[in-house]
Amino acid sequence: MLSDFLVRAALAGVGTAIAAGLLGCFVVWRRMAYFGDATAHAAVLGVALALLFGTSITLGVGAVALAMAVLIHGLSGQGAAVDTVLGVLAHGALALGLVAVTLIPGQRIDLDAYLFGDVLSVTRMDLAVIWGGGALVVAALWWRWSAMLTATLSPDLACAAGINPRREQLILTLLLAAVVAVAIKVVGALLITALLIIPAAAARNFASSPERMAFLSVATGALSALAGLRLAVIFDTSVGPMIIVVAVFIFALSAIGRQLRRIGT
Amino acid sequence: MSLIDARDIAFGHGDQPVLQGVSLALEPGEIVTIVGPNGSGKSTLLRVLIGALKPQKGKVTRQEGLRIGYVPQKLHIDPTLPITVNRFLNLPRSVSKDAGAEALMTAGVAGLGERQMSHLSGGQFQRVLLARAILGKPHVLMLDEATQGLDQPGSASFYRQIDAVRRDLGCAVLMVSHELHVVMSASDRVICLNGHICCEGTPEVVSAAPAYRELFGTGTGGALALYRHDHDHGHDHDHHHAAAE
Repeated sequence: MLSDFLVRAALAGVGTAIAAGLLGCFVVWRRMAYFGDATAHAAVLGVALALLFGTSITLGVGAVALAMAVLIHGLSGQGAAVDTVLGVLAHGALALGLVAVTLIPGQRIDLDAYLFGDVLSVTRMDLAVIWGGGALVVAALWWRWSAMLTATLSPDLACAAGINPRREQLILTLLLAAVVAVAIKVVGALLITALLIIPAAAARNFASSPERMAFLSVATGALSALAGLRLAVIFDTSVGPMIIVVAVFIFALSAIGRQLRRIGT
Repeated sequence: MSLIDARDIAFGHGDQPVLQGVSLALEPGEIVTIVGPNGSGKSTLLRVLIGALKPQKGKVTRQEGLRIGYVPQKLHIDPTLPITVNRFLNLPRSVSKDAGAEALMTAGVAGLGERQMSHLSGGQFQRVLLARAILGKPHVLMLDEATQGLDQPGSASFYRQIDAVRRDLGCAVLMVSHELHVVMSASDRVICLNGHICCEGTPEVVSAAPAYRELFGTGTGGALALYRHDHDHGHDHDHHHAAAE
């Protein structure tokens, strides 16, 4: 028999996996993994600020992730090598957040919940945020899909076709912030990038078109979420890391499968 | 009215000027070639014209609703992005299957639609880029060193294809090249660029201009005259060959 909290956890996991699986394809294609890290790590700072000002955690995380996303977008427009700056921002935000959380007077909070997720405690409100945010991400990607794909292939080709590649990049960066706000409850700040990248990477091995890769990525993410939840309950481990472990396992299988297919042909 | 009218364009990286005081207008149907040494700002100028770079000075006016078919110098597709030729042709606007197949045929790569882009040879890849560029029925086709990486017969046949495309669509062609002999013979107008416009005019005028000779040497000028002479003889002949291939 399914307990109520397990159903909610499953719904939260699948909702997050859909949004992250879709957006993750662009993160992989555009090599934005560090973008993801910086935005996700900023979420910890968001948690600290939310506690400090007594606002909702989602609001704090969303606002700080958004600010970080816009900052990164601005920096990437400078044309400089942003890799190092991104590294500084990513880990700076994480460290600052960790320090800030412990400095808040009168608060004894369970930091693990925000670093690694706490999907078993999602409320109905959390579910609304996850599915609302997820729906927003899916709708935006659906709307801009062709333009974003063109801009990803070549910013110049996009320009020649009348598409502004900077605008597409900004939308992607904003969606990244939305996914961070959605996913922090499920896999936590430290593993959000994993949920973006691993399902997409697994999907790559068996995809012949961008759309098929997106579909397989979503399917892999959803399967990882459900199987990870089940295994975590059986082995009594935390859920977020177990979801990622399952995703890595699927990735390994798909990589081996690809090699075998290559040898076979 | 000109298709594209660029006035007094300046562009630079930091304090390094790349383009200065460049003015250029492109009229419907003409073939204009930009020649110039490496680092003379040819690609930068093209990217300013398509709107990928914002000029620091000057103004680019594109005709209302101008459709540009752009063939970049190089296009690197990330290996994590699987995409077939057909899917690529449908970006950003989807086209009918027949139109896609026809464009591939026009570009000389019929039947490659189901191939992965990553599995194409250099020449096939450039032709697929050309096919995509002509699919939108452009008013102007812009080619940035489109034959880079092709061998001589390959690039010669590529240029024949472009000539055929132009007659088909009646579009203007603006290309950048440093294959002087091939390009000069096919152009209505040549612009010699080296940060600024050194000289421009018909191929005869430019190849005789002192500024041009200073950049490319008189040796090339001699070879050019020879080539043009040669080419005048075999012109129609050449195209029959192209059609028969």
